[in-house]
Amino acid sequence: MELFWLLGIPLTGGIFLALWGYRRHAPEINALFSLLTLAVAALLTVHIVETGPMMVANGWFFIDSFNVFLVALTAFVAFTTALFSRPYMRIEQEHGRLNATRLRLYHSSYQIFIGAMLLALTTNNMGILWVAMEAATLATVLLVSLYRTPASLEAAWKYFILCGVGIALALFGTILLYFAAEKVLGPGGNALLWTHLNDVKAQLEPTVLSLAFVFLLVGYGTKVGLAPLHSWLPDAHAEGPTPVSAVLSGLLLNVALYAVMRSKVLVDGALGNDMAGALMMGFGLLSVVLAAFLIVRQTDVKRMFAYSSIEHMGLITFAFGMGGAVANFAGLLHMTMHSLTKSAIFFAVGHATQKTGTQLMDDIRGLIKTNPTLGWGLMLGTVAILGMPPFGVFASEFLIITTAMHEHPWATPFLLLALGVAFAAIFGKVQPMVFGETELPKLPYQPAQTPVFLHLGLVLMLGLFIPPYLAAWYKQAAQLLGG
Amino acid sequence: MTALPYHLQIVNLLAALLLLISFAMLSQRRVIGLVTLFAWQGAALALSTAIVAWSTGQHHLYYSAAMTLGLKVIAMPWYFYRLVKKLDVNRVVEPMINIPTTMLIGIVLVIFAFNLALPISEMSGTVTRSTLGIAMACVLLAFLMMITRTKAIPQVIGFLSMENGLFFAATSATYGMPLVVELGVALDVLVGVFVLGIFIFQIRETFDSLDLKHMEKLKEK
Repeated sequence: MELFWLLGIPLTGGIFLALWGYRRHAPEINALFSLLTLAVAALLTVHIVETGPMMVANGWFFIDSFNVFLVALTAFVAFTTALFSRPYMRIEQEHGRLNATRLRLYHSSYQIFIGAMLLALTTNNMGILWVAMEAATLATVLLVSLYRTPASLEAAWKYFILCGVGIALALFGTILLYFAAEKVLGPGGNALLWTHLNDVKAQLEPTVLSLAFVFLLVGYGTKVGLAPLHSWLPDAHAEGPTPVSAVLSGLLLNVALYAVMRSKVLVDGALGNDMAGALMMGFGLLSVVLAAFLIVRQTDVKRMFAYSSIEHMGLITFAFGMGGAVANFAGLLHMTMHSLTKSAIFFAVGHATQKTGTQLMDDIRGLIKTNPTLGWGLMLGTVAILGMPPFGVFASEFLIITTAMHEHPWATPFLLLALGVAFAAIFGKVQPMVFGETELPKLPYQPAQTPVFLHLGLVLMLGLFIPPYLAAWYKQAAQLLGG
Repeated sequence: MTALPYHLQIVNLLAALLLLISFAMLSQRRVIGLVTLFAWQGAALALSTAIVAWSTGQHHLYYSAAMTLGLKVIAMPWYFYRLVKKLDVNRVVEPMINIPTTMLIGIVLVIFAFNLALPISEMSGTVTRSTLGIAMACVLLAFLMMITRTKAIPQVIGFLSMENGLFFAATSATYGMPLVVELGVALDVLVGVFVLGIFIFQIRETFDSLDLKHMEKLKEK
């Protein structure tokens, strides 16, 4: 029942906001729908934690600890982003960068996007998962080009075509998966249900499944932003409106990685070796190293943090590729930490760029003087994402690296080098932005910084202390991934 | 070797036609010609799907064939025709790599696709398994077309033609995907083309052209 509401609320929200248009209170209605989604997601989480995995509607939907954790995270970040976007988009409108028609499109697509991601997370059918992923892309294409500047159109076109090709490869992977499944489960809709596949995974044809996994990994991996198919990601993040960057980076990448993980569980069962894990480790490591060195050369603040997203997604992919209880636990923890921290950073960066009217880091100076809360928000967010203790990112990165030292020592120098380079580059660039000299007057308005500090507070709390029930929940999810 | 039943021979013939159209698309210089070829490709796909449906008694494939006919043979080409007329972009365009070279690369891709499909089609139990290689070749050729074209509409037709190849692969390897998935995919494609329509007007408004060469500002620095 909760599930029905979970998917129904964002969908209704999308339709309602499209019809309501950009009238009074449209941003508040957007936030309200997101709040309702969050409430339902919380209920669903409590339900699953108490009673264990469940199937809904003849097995069409399946919810276990792994995806309910992502559902909760998605609903939470979606809500705080809606809160952030309320004043942010209003100021953009006052600056004349947006008008009522585009804001109507924005609010409606925002809800549809959230709904599509929740559908992708909760569905049990690998085919529907594909459909929902594609729907989530389509909902955001026009959001990336919302400003209609040449650069934003180029970014959106790249996003549309590259992710389109990626997702077409994933469709081929899904066809191959169905091909292998149909032999065991018989034709029809049931052969693509993940739970059914999971029951018979040992009987699935290994050669077909390994080929399917390559296509699924490359296809969904395009969306995760794994190198070398990452080139859409920095453009889309830098040119779209900041709330969109926050949800793309904090949520969509996770959902795409979720699709890869669901496939990995099946392939591992069918193959009985760690071919899938090795591939993921390779792609993950390449992304981490490449992104770290590209960060050094960035001049645009949003692009820089977009590359940092590639780096962190690479790290998570690497962790899941290693497999095992500890690495999976660390991967899940890092997913949470990255979502919370990165969206907080984008909130802070959004206000900073709005204030100075530029995204070039050289032109943003002395945030601590113009607005102390904003300056501290950005500084703390940066320190958190760079993995400084006591923030939670430190805990997850530490776990990933110690596991890597233990199981794959050859990878450790690369990881440490990349993290070191990224640290030096990002810290060196953000420091003058926050503490440098500035002539600019103080901010005339108080920025919406509650979401920033809410997120950072949670990351800090999880770095110091993970409540036992939460730890148990992560462990359960890690086990489902084959820990 | 025993002769194949007539209907399967027709399916094989249509598969060959599909491949031929893919090559024709690679060599086509005009946008309108490309749209026409795309419509013919859709028609060949719809017909072969319908014949497979009839010969194997898989009724859900009829829906799939009808969807292909409605969307990819009628609705989308019509829409593209209108778009091309309205935007007046039907000029001769040279692809990035000259056409003879592209054709040679295409031949290599076809050989690669047949080798890739061989182990899978040996495992398949469908009567149409021999056409899987052709389906994969169509996917790769469409991919090649997307890479070599710099205009917006040809790139998208390449993308849709890739989708055609994927549907053909699904039909030949497994008699199509479950119906609900096919419906979902069709819906996504439809929404995608709709989004594209809005998008093309935005690009046109901003750049005064649909040449994507103007869109090379964002480079990996």
